[in-house]
Amino acid sequence: MNPANYVLLSAVLFSIGAVGVLVRRNAIVVFMSVELMLNAANLAFVAFARMNGNLDGQTVAFFVMVVAAAEVVVGLAIIVTIFRTRRSASIDEPNLLKY
Amino acid sequence: MTELMPAEGVFSLIWLLIALPLAGAVILLCAGRRTNSWGPYLGVLTVSASAVLGWVMLWEMLQVSPEQRTVEQNLYSWLVVGDFQADMAFQLDQLSMVFVLLITTVGALIHVYSIGYMSHDRDRRKFFGYLNLFVAAMLILVLANNYLLLYVGWEGVGLASYLLIGFWQYKPSAAAAAKKAFVINRVGDVGLSLAIMLMFVTFGTVSFEGVFGSADEASQGTLNAIGLLLLLAAAGKSAQFPLQAWLLDAMEGPTPVSALIHAATMVTAGVYLITRSNAIFDIAELAATAVIVVGVITVFMGAIIGSAKDDIKKSLAGSTMSQIGYMVAAVGLGPIGYVFGIFHLLTHGVFKAGLFLGAGSVMHGMNDNVNMRRYGALRTVMFITFITFAAGWLSILGIPPFSGFWSKDEIIHAAFEQGVVVGVLLVIAAGITGFYMTRMFIMTFLGKARWEEGVHPHESPKVMTIPLIILALGSTFLGMALLFWGDIESWLEPVVGFESKPAALSTAATIAISLTVVIMGAIVAYVMYWRRPVPIEEPRGSWLTRAAREELYGNQVNDALVVKPTYVAARATAVLDAKVVDGVVNGSAAFVGALSTRLRRYQTGFVRSYALSMVGGAVLVVLALVLVRAS
Amino acid sequence: MNYPWLTTLMVVPLVGSIVVALLPRARGVLAKQVALLFSLVTLGLTIAVALQFSATSAERFQFVESHPWIPAFGISYSVGIDGISLVLIALAATLVPIVILAGWNEADTAAGGSVKGYFALILVLEALMIGVFAATDVFLFYVFFEVMLVPTYFMIGRFGGPQRSYAAVKFLIYSLVGGLLMLAALIGLYVVSAQVTGTGTFDFGALVGIEIDPDLQKLLFLGFFIAFAIKAPLWPFHTWLPDAAAEARPGTSVLLIGVLDKVGTFGMIRYCLEIFPAASEFYAPIVIALAVIGIFYGALLALRQHDMKRLFAYSSMSHFGFITLGIFVFTSQGQSGSVVYMVAHGLSTAALFLTAGFLIARRHGSSLISDYSGVNSVAPVLAGFFLVAALSSLALPGMLSFVGEFLVLLGAFERYLWVGAVATIGIVITAAYVLRLYQKTMTGPLKPGLEGIGDLKGREVTALVPVAVLSIVLGFFPAPLTDVINPAVDQVMTSIGATDPEPEIRSAGATTEGGSS
Repeated sequence: MNPANYVLLSAVLFSIGAVGVLVRRNAIVVFMSVELMLNAANLAFVAFARMNGNLDGQTVAFFVMVVAAAEVVVGLAIIVTIFRTRRSASIDEPNLLKY
Repeated sequence: MTELMPAEGVFSLIWLLIALPLAGAVILLCAGRRTNSWGPYLGVLTVSASAVLGWVMLWEMLQVSPEQRTVEQNLYSWLVVGDFQADMAFQLDQLSMVFVLLITTVGALIHVYSIGYMSHDRDRRKFFGYLNLFVAAMLILVLANNYLLLYVGWEGVGLASYLLIGFWQYKPSAAAAAKKAFVINRVGDVGLSLAIMLMFVTFGTVSFEGVFGSADEASQGTLNAIGLLLLLAAAGKSAQFPLQAWLLDAMEGPTPVSALIHAATMVTAGVYLITRSNAIFDIAELAATAVIVVGVITVFMGAIIGSAKDDIKKSLAGSTMSQIGYMVAAVGLGPIGYVFGIFHLLTHGVFKAGLFLGAGSVMHGMNDNVNMRRYGALRTVMFITFITFAAGWLSILGIPPFSGFWSKDEIIHAAFEQGVVVGVLLVIAAGITGFYMTRMFIMTFLGKARWEEGVHPHESPKVMTIPLIILALGSTFLGMALLFWGDIESWLEPVVGFESKPAALSTAATIAISLTVVIMGAIVAYVMYWRRPVPIEEPRGSWLTRAAREELYGNQVNDALVVKPTYVAARATAVLDAKVVDGVVNGSAAFVGALSTRLRRYQTGFVRSYALSMVGGAVLVVLALVLVRAS
Repeated sequence: MNYPWLTTLMVVPLVGSIVVALLPRARGVLAKQVALLFSLVTLGLTIAVALQFSATSAERFQFVESHPWIPAFGISYSVGIDGISLVLIALAATLVPIVILAGWNEADTAAGGSVKGYFALILVLEALMIGVFAATDVFLFYVFFEVMLVPTYFMIGRFGGPQRSYAAVKFLIYSLVGGLLMLAALIGLYVVSAQVTGTGTFDFGALVGIEIDPDLQKLLFLGFFIAFAIKAPLWPFHTWLPDAAAEARPGTSVLLIGVLDKVGTFGMIRYCLEIFPAASEFYAPIVIALAVIGIFYGALLALRQHDMKRLFAYSSMSHFGFITLGIFVFTSQGQSGSVVYMVAHGLSTAALFLTAGFLIARRHGSSLISDYSGVNSVAPVLAGFFLVAALSSLALPGMLSFVGEFLVLLGAFERYLWVGAVATIGIVITAAYVLRLYQKTMTGPLKPGLEGIGDLKGREVTALVPVAVLSIVLGFFPAPLTDVINPAVDQVMTSIGATDPEPEIRSAGATTEGGSS
């Protein structure tokens, strides 16, 4: 199978994730969309590693996974804390950091 | 041509002439109030020691032939940069010798007088410290062997003058007068600085020897420029037109200061400068003519001001301006006049010092009142002052055989050798001199007493009258002594040159005419101020009198032409600085600030809009990459 | 001469500042004593260096040390001194103990920082000032040049007057803008040196040796020059100075104007002239014009200031005009005069600011001229020192500043007659504003409220005496300065290929090497 298809799939996934981040209000969903984008990037890395015949892309993919895991931990903790104080998971409401 | 002799024997102590009063000044100014008791005596001692040393040097100098009388002592290289060199070196020749004697001897007498005059002042050691400083600086001025060192003395005497005019600094008028004197002198100093620079650029040296040795190789234009710049310097220091305005205000200083600095010595430094630079003025015709013109103008200005002032010291100050004008005019005449300019300088130094000290003695007895309209009939209560003042009065009038007669007459005669115009003008001025000095003499000592209530005039103590007597003797005999016994013409001739030209008038005729004119002036004064009562309130007077009281509007002219424009420029600069230069700086800060206030509005706090802008940015980057690739 | 003298000179005050900073906060007096001790040791070491310095040496720099620092970019830790840097280091080392002594109580009432902090900062600054004058690697110079801002910023911003943070930020941003331009030019210079020699270098000696394209020189010159002109400060880059001087403590102002600002003029003569000779020649008329404008602009503004410290700041601006003028007329008299003037100005600034500072401290911090009158009658010693300082500022002959000013004017006059003549008129305005200040504050009737102010005490007199004595003694005997400055200036003149104009007439008495006329 043509490896280019994997790249295309990765692009589609990334776009879905990006649109999800932009249009959804629920923090959890936004968060999942971010994960989707990360994994789309991972897919692209692996695909490129395969196409170029070296392991660089795979290595980076592992890095991304580790970072993503760490990010999930911190991000979810923040979301949970916000939810506790505000009783809402909408990301439009907390706007204390404007101006 | 004279040769420079190394300083040997007593001449190896030239430096000590200066060091003695300088040490006195340092001790008195640094040691503080505890020296008040013995400080004045130390001040007298140092200057007297210098005077004794000076007379010993004169004796030694008389032992050698006239060509070998120029002695040079080089202490060390003061300032060497590139080709520029100025040494800490002194040159003692016939010209500086007479100045050394004048400065130290008259200086010592005035120091003695000041013991009495300043005995009640709580800062008297400071006064003597400043006087010592003045003597040291003045000696540097006349002993320097190069123009830069002369400049040190030149500003040094200016500093001493500043300090002494403002000695009673709690009086705002004294402080203002001191500042005015210094600043106007600074204008003259610009001339001296530029002259020194021009000399270096032209001759590659600033030593007297080097400059004069090749003066004849320089172009007429350059020499005229140097000469005019030196004239500017001389005008500042000697209160000549157009820089004359400070001298009358300088009378705010204690009277001994007026006598020493503003009559006998410092104000004649300009005459010294021009005489010293005779090698330049001999060639620079335009500059020499300018010197005569300035001198003659000042002769009249001073005399007119002196005729109208009721303040005895200011009237004397006008007289000083006028007499220095005579000297300046004389040295402007060239080799026919240098000798007589210096001659008059010496006799004037003595008789004017005597007149000022006499005025001080009068003020001392009159509770420091200076208004002559409140004097009168003091001849009986202050007999010694009266007699000594009379000697000075006759001397300045030029009545034979008093000192002033010989020197002033020689100047007028030399002026006639040059041309009729200058001679006639100087004779007319001599008539005005006769008028105002007689007026002063009558208003002070003769006529009726117009004393204020509660004033009890009394003669001054001996410590003040003895210097007066010595100076009076000088006013009487110095002229004859210098002319007949001292032979001043051939004494100065090796340094300044001397020649005599046939004059339009014979000597006898000159004497006759000038004496007649002077006595006419005196008679006018007699009629106006003795035959008629002197009103206590000053009468309105003619327009000339009013102008003279206003010092011929010198201050107003300075204000309008220099002071006001400077302050306007300062104000304009301040506005420019605050509004434009700093405005640009603060403006750019304000611009950045305002810009950021606008830009921060885009920090809406909506996470999703941030995300959108990130996506937009990423898209732009990708588009840019694609476009670059494609092209 | 293997002992690293110059590094020692920098390390001693640095160690001192660390020691002072580690002292307990409550022991303020001990901090002052330790700081004074370290600054005196530094002064002693400086004197030792000066005594070993050979004025006649053929070497460009003496006491040279060089260690690789960032070899990849040709950067090294290289220090060495010539006569110019020696006298400026000596100036810094002399003024620091005086400032510490004079500023003994300056930090006691400071709102923003601790006593020990102030004195630690002074010592850090001393180390950096010595470094900036000693550096012979342009990058090292740049580092010192920029790092100096840090202690100065805190000295103004923490210990200054009510408007201190405005002044400190203005000073910092001004200087950073200049520093940034200089950094850009510095990188450009490195690239050029890499193109010419193959391996890039920041070594001063090597940079002087390479030929740079004149057009490029003009650009790079501007980067350096604007940085120095801001530091110096030259018109129109001066507006930070009055604010900084008015807000800073007198001691800070002395170090700032007396020494730090000299880095600007030092940089012009060392770096601008020697590395970019063609550009210097090209820009000389413009720089001279700015300098002359600065002379009059500063003097006129000083004439109408109501605040003493601002007056001193504008007067310094006027004096910096003279210094810059002397550097850019390319005559040995002008340049030697400039260096002498830098020292003289350091001394007279110190005397002015410190004396005024003592006066201001007696009047609870007011520096308005109108708050004083007749001080002479209650504090004659203070007034006496003030007068000496004022006279030094107006360059009275016999003072060191006269030597500097006269040589600068002479040098200018030799090259451009009218420039010299016009600049000379500046001395009249100088006299006017200096004496106006003295007249208004020290003379006249005593201002009510000043009756109780005491005269100077032992500590204050001790701080002022060396400054006054140095100004006068060096004025009559400037050989110790000129002997070391002249060879260094000759070196600069040779490397820019300039010669003094010949006098119109070679007179017989003028030169020793003969040439009978």
